[in-house]
Amino acid sequence: MHMNRRLFLKSGAMAMLSLGFAPSFLGRAAAAAARRKLLVAIFQRGAVDGLNMIVPHGDADYYRLRPTIAIPRPGRDPMGSAIDLDGFFGLHPSMAPLEPLWSNRSLAIVHACGSPDNTRSHFDAQDYMESATPGVKATRDGWLNRYLHATADGLGRNPLRGVAVARTMPRSLEGPAPALAIGSIEEFGVRGAAAAFEEQYDGSSDRLLSAAGNDAFAAMRTLQRAAGTPYRPAAGVQYPNGPFGKALAEIARLAKADVGLEVAFTELGNWDHHVNEGAVTGQIANRLDEFSRGLAALAADLGDRLADTVIVTMSEFGRAAAENGNGGTDHGHGNAMMVIGGNVRSGVHGAWPGLGDAHRFEGRDLAVTTDFRDVFSEIVTAHMGVSRDAVSRIFPGYQAMTTPGVISG
Amino acid sequence: MIRRRFTALLVAIALAASAAAAESRIPNSESRDDDTISHVLNRVTFGARTGDVDLVRSMGLAAWLDQQLHPSRIDDRAAEARLPQVESPPSGADQQELRRFARRQVETLASDKLVRAMYSERQLQEVLVDFWFNHFNVYAAKGRTAMYLPEYERDVIRPHVFDRFRDLLEADAKSPAMLFYLDNWMSATPDRDPGSGIRDPKVRGFGVRRPRRLPRIPGVGSRIPANGSAPIAANGSAPKRARGLNENYGRELLELHTLGVDGGYTQQDVVNVARAFTGWTIDRDGRFRFVPALHDAGEKIVLGHTIKAGGGMDEGEKVLDIVASHPATAHHIAFELAQRLVADDPPPALVERAAARFRDTRGDLREVVKTIVTSPEFLAPAARGAKFKTPFELVVSAVRTTGAEVSDARAFVQTLQQLGEPLYMCQPPTGYKDTADAWVSAGGLVTRMNFATRLSSGNMPGVTLPAGTPPAGELALRIGSPEFQRH
Repeated sequence: MHMNRRLFLKSGAMAMLSLGFAPSFLGRAAAAAARRKLLVAIFQRGAVDGLNMIVPHGDADYYRLRPTIAIPRPGRDPMGSAIDLDGFFGLHPSMAPLEPLWSNRSLAIVHACGSPDNTRSHFDAQDYMESATPGVKATRDGWLNRYLHATADGLGRNPLRGVAVARTMPRSLEGPAPALAIGSIEEFGVRGAAAAFEEQYDGSSDRLLSAAGNDAFAAMRTLQRAAGTPYRPAAGVQYPNGPFGKALAEIARLAKADVGLEVAFTELGNWDHHVNEGAVTGQIANRLDEFSRGLAALAADLGDRLADTVIVTMSEFGRAAAENGNGGTDHGHGNAMMVIGGNVRSGVHGAWPGLGDAHRFEGRDLAVTTDFRDVFSEIVTAHMGVSRDAVSRIFPGYQAMTTPGVISG
Repeated sequence: MIRRRFTALLVAIALAASAAAAESRIPNSESRDDDTISHVLNRVTFGARTGDVDLVRSMGLAAWLDQQLHPSRIDDRAAEARLPQVESPPSGADQQELRRFARRQVETLASDKLVRAMYSERQLQEVLVDFWFNHFNVYAAKGRTAMYLPEYERDVIRPHVFDRFRDLLEADAKSPAMLFYLDNWMSATPDRDPGSGIRDPKVRGFGVRRPRRLPRIPGVGSRIPANGSAPIAANGSAPKRARGLNENYGRELLELHTLGVDGGYTQQDVVNVARAFTGWTIDRDGRFRFVPALHDAGEKIVLGHTIKAGGGMDEGEKVLDIVASHPATAHHIAFELAQRLVADDPPPALVERAAARFRDTRGDLREVVKTIVTSPEFLAPAARGAKFKTPFELVVSAVRTTGAEVSDARAFVQTLQQLGEPLYMCQPPTGYKDTADAWVSAGGLVTRMNFATRLSSGNMPGVTLPAGTPPAGELALRIGSPEFQRH
């Protein structure tokens, strides 16, 4: 009886909530939405072959080192060849869906980009890229969480500021600031006695769990209200089948729902092509097809919002410049990152070190001429508007060497 | 965040205060109230089952603890009979076959671990196996690690949890799983390949670490799959092209396994420890082997101790002696055990007593654990419910409290993936964190509530709830409650 009465009071409170007495952070988040920008980080786990993704077709050594897996120079092969960007670099032909973004100057590329640490271990290199402290394993939090933490003033606890559409919280978003990792918006809901669970957490004297519980139910309610109906992407937009396309659609949905989203993260794997990598067709071509169709769909689906959005792609390291004996590539060093958005400075950025014998890193790999943190920190300052002072907290131990210039003034 | 820190501070203050109060009245352990017994059960086991409190009361808490500290005295055949069969590796070298095998292997081992935690009577042993595996974490999806996992937990971790730390450390240092995971298997004297030019970093900001060149691992490369899915296995053989020093193991040995990150070692110590372990590798049959040709024979100074040139394999043994008996190691291990068993911020006086016990007994882990679980700080009211359960602790304690009959634990393997603690799949060498800040999150709580609802509904495959189980809604609220997330 007592329980019933409390439940009734609780549903009364929920009714008030729907009448506009929303938790204070929601109001603040809505107010801040105008000035807050969106960053979408996409991790290609497994080390994509950047040399076959963004093809240096003007570098003769590329063809010398890859007799069977090189992507032909633009227009050279009827079966498929690189899509020229600037006379020196080209896109893998499977990346044709991104060509319109290049044409309308919404795509920037940083080549020969990577880590100052030389590890060729996937797990160390991913860890370093996500903590953004290469060589330092003791770092507990990720750079995206540090961004949320450093810019949390006045926004209260809104776990929807940082959302990973992923099964577990990625290292990039781990840390003290509230953030969510969700398989999908539909999955993020309490099945069964939600009201009774909420009452338990709300009434608990355990402050830590009570706060986290309140975050959960508040986020759930926001999502039900803002993204409760089945999602329909913008007209003509078709995401690729599979978890990557689904995740990107969820990100677009959250971005459009005005829930205070500032940082979104997702990932796709299976880039580790030691054997039979393929060239214009084959394994890498198939992966790049899904990847590119997904990115193009997200950019199209965001529509006007792309103007306030930066999508950045990353992978832990590149692959060896020369193909190996199995028609694949082994672990290497420098790689390419893509930056897509309304205010990017289109072009292929970064110094090209060349693939000649004397220029390769440790005699075998594309050298790194741009620290990946140069790209991250430029996005965080020039796009997200973070002060230089806060940047040093987001990238501890890092001093900006160069600004790659991927974001336009 | 501020609130969370403040709460942690309050807890720490409360703990310190009550520990001081408790010190003066170290109670007779035969006269424990049921709340105390419940607390001890919740921390020393994976959660009290129905009847456990009565059992401990009738045995006497001290006698029961003593038995848990000597697991060989406990008949555990009933739990062992429940364990899933571990499959032997396929005889051929077909890549697909090996990959599928490795995936099944991890699933079987995870089931094995869950079943032991749920049903073994040697509960403290299993709690400590979980602790020490995590301390000496390896990642199943890194190359061949999964192949070496069954023996790693069975022969390296479990037999040594009540042993001397030095013995556990040596078993670990010589285990193929660790040798592979932290790359020591291919670490070799740099003199072996003076012409490679790899000691000449070309990229700025490099200085600290010496570059390494990875030899190709026969048949597998150093492939790991993305997304932490299935590991890719291969038949092992000794590294033929190992060249150059690899500091990975040397660094983690000091930072994580022994002294701790603030333990007072230098980069030069890391290099010299790594040099001492060159040649500690894995043979063709997947066993530890010392290969003199890979060993750096020069003199090394480690933490102020000179290791004379030409010591061969003994040099690594000497390093283990030095680090195992180092006072920073005693403190580091005592702190971690107290953090696991007592509180996220364990009372410093307790840590100091446990460290002293470590030093006085030359690292007798049974004595260190005993010091902690019989301490007034552990038994103090402030320690009760001070720990937030890891996902593993949550799902196992839920099964134990319901008395559920689990004939197939694979559904829980999946639950642990959803909760962010996939077993054997923790990538970094730090292992999973054991403190509330790592596990308390909005998304995590939602998944915990849904797990509670699913388990209580009786619809989890391979799980049968006993007759007389409370109604599903009531049980779900209990397992999903804030109180049940703690122990």
